[in-house]
Amino acid sequence: MGLLSRLEKLDRRWLYAILAALVIGPMVRPLYFPLEVSAPVRGFYDAIRQVPDGSTVLMACDYDPSTRPEMVPMTMTAMRQLFDKHCKVVVTVLWNGGPGIVDQTLRRVASEYPDKRYGVDWVNLGYKAGYEAVMVLMGQGIANAFPVDYGNHRTNDYVALPIMQNVRDYSSFPLLVSISAGYPGTKEWVQQVNSRFHIPMISGSTAVQAPEFYPYLQSGQIRGLLGGMAGAAEYEKLRNERGSATRGMDAQSLAHVFVALCILLGNLVQWRKRRGVAA
Amino acid sequence: MKREIPLFITAAIGLFMILSFFVPHQLVSVPADFLQQCAIIIVAFGYVLGGANVLRVNFDAIYKRQSGWPYKAVLVGALLVTVIIGITDGAGWQDPPTRSMWIYNNLYSPMQATMFSLLAFFIASAAFRAFRIRTLEAGLLAAAALLVMLGRVPIGNYFTQWLPHSLHLGTIQEWIMTIPQNAAKRAILMGAALGVMATGLRVILGIERSYLSGEE
Amino acid sequence: MSLSHDFGIWCGALLTLCIFSFLYKDNPLYKFAEHLFVGVSAGYYIVLNFWTVIVANLVNPLATAFAPGGHPFHGQLGDYRAFLIVPGVLGCLLFTRLFGRIGWMSRWALAVIIGVYAGLKTTGFAQGDLVAQVQGSLQPLWTGRVGDSISAILFTVGLICSLLFFFFSREHKGALGAASKVGVWFLMVSFGAGYGYTVMSRISLLIGRFQFLLEDWLGLR
Repeated sequence: MGLLSRLEKLDRRWLYAILAALVIGPMVRPLYFPLEVSAPVRGFYDAIRQVPDGSTVLMACDYDPSTRPEMVPMTMTAMRQLFDKHCKVVVTVLWNGGPGIVDQTLRRVASEYPDKRYGVDWVNLGYKAGYEAVMVLMGQGIANAFPVDYGNHRTNDYVALPIMQNVRDYSSFPLLVSISAGYPGTKEWVQQVNSRFHIPMISGSTAVQAPEFYPYLQSGQIRGLLGGMAGAAEYEKLRNERGSATRGMDAQSLAHVFVALCILLGNLVQWRKRRGVAA
Repeated sequence: MKREIPLFITAAIGLFMILSFFVPHQLVSVPADFLQQCAIIIVAFGYVLGGANVLRVNFDAIYKRQSGWPYKAVLVGALLVTVIIGITDGAGWQDPPTRSMWIYNNLYSPMQATMFSLLAFFIASAAFRAFRIRTLEAGLLAAAALLVMLGRVPIGNYFTQWLPHSLHLGTIQEWIMTIPQNAAKRAILMGAALGVMATGLRVILGIERSYLSGEE
Repeated sequence: MSLSHDFGIWCGALLTLCIFSFLYKDNPLYKFAEHLFVGVSAGYYIVLNFWTVIVANLVNPLATAFAPGGHPFHGQLGDYRAFLIVPGVLGCLLFTRLFGRIGWMSRWALAVIIGVYAGLKTTGFAQGDLVAQVQGSLQPLWTGRVGDSISAILFTVGLICSLLFFFFSREHKGALGAASKVGVWFLMVSFGAGYGYTVMSRISLLIGRFQFLLEDWLGLR
């Protein structure tokens, strides 16, 4: 049986095994392919860099554990950059499955900055159901939508949460950082908040969504874009960090080459088969 | 009246929400704010309703001993245990050392992540078995897919680093995303916006009534 | 290599392997994990929405409003006190869907949600996806540099042709047919780019799981 004939009948579980091996291999033995930083990622980094030191920034973390490898590195690196600028961070979550993983991620970063205290330098307002209604409701008052934070402290209790004293509505923030995995996410923040309240925005999104946001990037509605794990890895490179996104790029590279070969080989097999039938 | 009252409510509230976009006066903004608060609370009840419905459907299946009923018993048991633990943990149920967060971190989180990660294998299998280039358009799609896939990862630039910068796979990929891809995506965005506006107006004006399911 | 001693991580790892076993073939371990996941998810969503919205945004404000000195009907922006009874009742009416004869009452709650979101989405899409996008499209075709100008012209041609493809009120013949054809080419490039990014996203999720298994569970880093 020729090679192409064998490929035509190949059990798909062999493809799964090869893919698994190509992903595991570089994790055990890194290849250190060099990363180049793209313009949208640089825009994300520059937008945070241009925020005045000490400002309060709104970070919308709209994701859940299913997109952890893409979203968590972005959240961590963005939070580190904000903390390095002594910015205060107010975090919201609009995804059901998100509050736990977002809180863990924020606490991990906060533990690297012993001088940053919860309620003073950062606050996690937790989850709220309601999608776009929450976004517009926050425009009248952040505390209206979030009467308590993730830890059940009242957001109008300025003793427990001093950071909320200077947080009224979107005018309190010079920048909105949207880390989003789907609906509700960056698209809704652009439509409901950037359009209505004109707050500058940047976005870190899953790779599935990222192509959709290039029009927003080009029109200036968002000023920077991290697309997927590659975007997160480039952002880590700008920050001189070697996080989980950077560590995953070797495996990503080999897996992409494999999928490309699958497309080409699959078509070659079918083309030869059609030629054989025609003859 | 069982259909007319909801249609009137939708129309009145929908038009009011559109008005609130243009009129900042408190006569409009305060009721609009209240309506958004109502929507948030009703959506939360909706999630609880969804869970209750899952219980109802699966209880029914267990009672009738339908195929796979032991697994449905696992589902119902897991749901009830999670809810009971969540309620008894109290308002501080999300603070890290609670039982609810143990369930979230060690059951919910890894299982959800793994479910979605299965898609990677299926996409590789589909690339080999189903991605067929038979027309010019399919060829364009495949060419763009290959260039973007390889250009977006470091290996693409690694293999083309000997070429001028404008011919690096990463540069080509970025150009594809910024120019042709962007143009088409913008067209889709604008077309979809017109569609959503039309559908929104149809719903508000009561022409589209599919959300009022039922015969009455 | 140092295996984790955390019971929770072992649970997560074993459940991960149960779900991965589906790749070989459907089996009882996968079915068990799948149903466990659905049950835990549904239970978690109920608890989450109960504590974070129903209690925080409804029960607590109502309790405060009806407490002595609460002035239940002195509502104001952001503090609606007793008026929150309205969404509370509507939310409870949603549950009438579970009972056939009185299920029609749930339509009132649905009507409020549909009205609010129809209104929000109509204005959001109009401003964010139509007006702003048309504004963003009005860019100079000559930028001073040949390469950039060719790109700008290509962008504009692609945008117009793609838009014309979606104009179905006339048959795609003649000039409109030719423009639609060009539009289809741009759309295919866009779908191909989207496919490439989708592959990246899915592979990333797999990488994340293997990072958990190799680093957190097996301690290989």
